[in-house]
Amino acid sequence: MPPIGSAFPVLLGLTGEGCKIPGPDNGAPGAARFEAQDVACIRGERPVFSGVSFSLEPGGALALVGANGAGKSSLLRILAGLLGRAGGTLRWDGAPLDDDWPAHRSRLHYVGHLDAVKPTLTATETLDGWAHLRGRARAEAGALAALGIEDLADVPGRYLSAGQRRRLALARLLATPAPLWLLDEPTVTLDAEATARVAAMIARHRSDGGMAVVATHGELALEGARRLDLDRHAIAADALLAGDETGAGPEPEHEAW
Amino acid sequence: MFFRLVGRELTLAVRGGIGSLMAVVFFVLAVTLFPLGVGPELGLLSRIAPGVVWVAALLAALLSLDRLFVADHEDGSLELLMLGALPLEFVVLAKTAAHWLTTGLPLAAAAPVLAILLNMSVDGLVVLVVSLLLGTPLLSLIGAVGAALTVSLRRGGALIALLVLPLYVPVLIFGVGAVEGAVLDVGVRANLSILAGGLVGALVLGPLAAAAALRMTAE
Repeated sequence: MPPIGSAFPVLLGLTGEGCKIPGPDNGAPGAARFEAQDVACIRGERPVFSGVSFSLEPGGALALVGANGAGKSSLLRILAGLLGRAGGTLRWDGAPLDDDWPAHRSRLHYVGHLDAVKPTLTATETLDGWAHLRGRARAEAGALAALGIEDLADVPGRYLSAGQRRRLALARLLATPAPLWLLDEPTVTLDAEATARVAAMIARHRSDGGMAVVATHGELALEGARRLDLDRHAIAADALLAGDETGAGPEPEHEAW
Repeated sequence: MFFRLVGRELTLAVRGGIGSLMAVVFFVLAVTLFPLGVGPELGLLSRIAPGVVWVAALLAALLSLDRLFVADHEDGSLELLMLGALPLEFVVLAKTAAHWLTTGLPLAAAAPVLAILLNMSVDGLVVLVVSLLLGTPLLSLIGAVGAALTVSLRRGGALIALLVLPLYVPVLIFGVGAVEGAVLDVGVRANLSILAGGLVGALVLGPLAAAAALRMTAE
């Protein structure tokens, strides 16, 4: 339940740049660490993964890999606060996220599989609408240009191709600054040129002190990113059935992190 | 931010074209059919007028509910709304307000013309508009809860009707009661006060319940 008090400046129309949302709203250098410890996920009745731990510093990136159904999207949704987790803790700068989800939401961008492009709104209107949702008067200039779709600014969403809609969804990352990017297979439907643009965007974001968690099947170049293989954290169904405690979860992986 | 969201919803509704006016069109058509079906007997028409107008308004509001959150759910906008700075309760309130502005308000505006068609007295006509102005936002707020609960279902329309109709019944009873009170000159205040009280309660509870339902479906 978000604190109601924080909504009032918003409701009274004191929007625009003057309306500060709690927490940092850009990737200032020296910003916080983002940590996850022993995160577990259950979907329906089915355990998906457990014992997922990582730590990200400013400039860091984490590549989520794993087979289809390994839980990449679920982990990203857990990190965004859209999905409850079955166990574990998430921390930003040492403080548990459960204490203040509204602040966490203001410092992350989540780009899922759906593009959230309305058929009747133009690209500019779509982008500005997203910026409004984050308490800003309008989107930063240049967000469309960074993805090579500046000439589509006045084209309604219904005339955009799948790849163009995807580019527009990714332009959201630049429309309002946020230190943490959670990207779920961002380059699906994108051509090689756009994929390179996205890779450059992420690199730029990291060099500015931002962080990124990216689910990928390897088509996106993420230099120096840590890899988190969710297949290693999968909970084997037969191990659960056997009730074998030592086999139930994966051995904690002592990898790079 | 709240009003920007309302504005955005209104833009979407306007650009959505005739689809968003369907509720009003249905309302007008349904009410106009009654004199044709029942016959031109003025006494009978004026006796059934309050009920006919209110039932048609209620069904028209119901008809327009299933798209309230479904479109945003399907294209991923709902997740962004949840991640935005505006608490989800106020997002629901903004969307419901926009829903009322595009369905309830036009219904109340069209009602006097239709009431004349049904030979309603001028006193009844005024109270009819007032009761619709109080009652249609209530219908939108209650409906938002049903729409939020069924947002992830493919064909949620029928289920919304089942969920929401029992809660619509009191609105109908007191709405019609107010108009009949005016026509028969037995006082309208009690019925209108109950409608107003219900509206205040729904303004607070509706968004809370709908937001909780939406959070559940996000899981």
